[in-house]
Amino acid sequence: MNPTQDLLRADNISLTFPNGNGGLHVLDSISLEVSPDEFVCIVGPSGCGKTSLLRILAGLLEPSSGQVVFSGERLARPQRRIGFVFQQANLMPWRTAHNNICLPLELAGIAREEKQDRSRSLIELMGLQGFEEMYPRDLSGGMAQRVAIGRALVHEPDVLLLDEPFGSLDALTRERMGEELLRIWKAHRGTLLMVTHSIPEAVLLADRVIVLSERPARVVLNLEIPIPRPRSIDLTYTEEFGSLAAQIRGEIRVNVD
Amino acid sequence: MIPIAIGFALLLWELASRWSGLPAFILPSPAAVFNRTVRAIQDGTLIRHTLATLIEVLGGLILGTVSAIILGYGLAKSRTVERFLSPYIVASQSIPIVAIAPLLVIWFGPGRLSKIMISALIVFFPILINTIVGIRSVPDDLRDLMRSLLATRWQIFSRLEVPAAMPVLLGGLKVGATLSVIGAVVGELVGANEGLGFLINIGRGVYDTTLVYTAVIALVALAMTLFSLVVLLERHLLAWRDTGEPKL
Ligand SMILES: Nc1ncnc2c1ncn2[C@@H]1O[C@H](COP(=O)(O)OP(=O)(O)O)[C@@H](O)[C@H]1O
Ligand SMILES: [Mg+2]
Repeated sequence: MNPTQDLLRADNISLTFPNGNGGLHVLDSISLEVSPDEFVCIVGPSGCGKTSLLRILAGLLEPSSGQVVFSGERLARPQRRIGFVFQQANLMPWRTAHNNICLPLELAGIAREEKQDRSRSLIELMGLQGFEEMYPRDLSGGMAQRVAIGRALVHEPDVLLLDEPFGSLDALTRERMGEELLRIWKAHRGTLLMVTHSIPEAVLLADRVIVLSERPARVVLNLEIPIPRPRSIDLTYTEEFGSLAAQIRGEIRVNVD
Repeated sequence: MIPIAIGFALLLWELASRWSGLPAFILPSPAAVFNRTVRAIQDGTLIRHTLATLIEVLGGLILGTVSAIILGYGLAKSRTVERFLSPYIVASQSIPIVAIAPLLVIWFGPGRLSKIMISALIVFFPILINTIVGIRSVPDDLRDLMRSLLATRWQIFSRLEVPAAMPVLLGGLKVGATLSVIGAVVGELVGANEGLGFLINIGRGVYDTTLVYTAVIALVALAMTLFSLVVLLERHLLAWRDTGEPKL
């Protein structure tokens, strides 16, 4: 593969958390790459190290060995061009929805007018009109996660890393948010790398699904999803969808046994 | 509700002073205390001494709070600083403030400074603890968020740590506000030439019990006013928080 084509790449990343007895081996020489405008999902059993991997890819956590390459350069610290969406919405409870979305612009010292323009278009994109002045405690889980995604997109990052963003939502809201994410991705373009524990969600949304094993996590499957877009939720009943999902599930099960 | 409660308490007091048979220098009637209070207001004594105590209280509260927040922030951020200093802090807290108040009056003189110091000392500990708890309660994910947005140290402090710690800190300030009054009065009782504690000593010395009552009422009013101001501040600063909690 031509290395200049990757936007974000992990080279042989291993991670061991120090603990009393020899350390907790979490990631075992993980290599993966994400191309510009690609939508990649990572699935894996819970506790296998998905969040840790994402934090490493965001420059928030130092791997024990290996390196992350972003836009051709070794990643040593967080970058504005890499956005992060957390598992819980992770909003600041003392800021309104609007002010939460504006936080990245405020920290970057963006001028007031530009800030207003950008936040207004994000609020529209995320379907948050009428919720701008609400505090997080008054927002539903789905709305809060919309604000969180809006906050991550407001400074137009090249890559968006999402850590089980819909993990705490109910099934219906979750489907809805998946469709929204596809819509936003289409409108904005950009590169998405999303962790999920839902296999159907991964198959429905992604161009490619990367499957991780139990801890210490290795990449056990790297599967292209050749289903044409636009994809609708009805696809989940097709044979092609079923066989792709079964392949992923089989890989996870094999590695659990 | 509050006027009814006060009225009822006054009625009981009046009845007790009339029927208990206790002499007036032990339990004066509300009317006598009221008259004494009016007289103390008219001749300027009450205002003068209340003002003196107020200055000491505010001085102690500000000094104690500011130093506790600075030290508490350092302790919360650095395990090394904490390990080094916490034995001293814990030890210092086992000294009863009443017992060392005379010492502080000897060191800092019978004027306002010694009262400010005593008040600051008594305010210090709850604010210190609440600062540490508040700063440590900042969620790791929000710290990660700030880091991922390349926030500076100052931005992390002002936009994350301060607002996140504010609810706990204001809880400490509520306790501190009432304690600061206690500190100042303890100092005045030990040795002073002005203030409500000094007024209590005078009243006791000349068997003017009504004056003691007057000074105590002024102290209660002072402490309650201070407490209410913090509650108002809290309501203003924490408007984002759920308002379902009991209001005090
Ligand atoms: N900062 C940390 N220090 C020590 N252990 C950690 C830390 N973060 C995560 N772990 C451990 O590493 C393992 C993987 O965690 P995580 O990356 O959150 O997994 P996942 O997101 O796949 O559920 C878990 O066993 C977790 O307890
Ligand atoms: Mg996780």
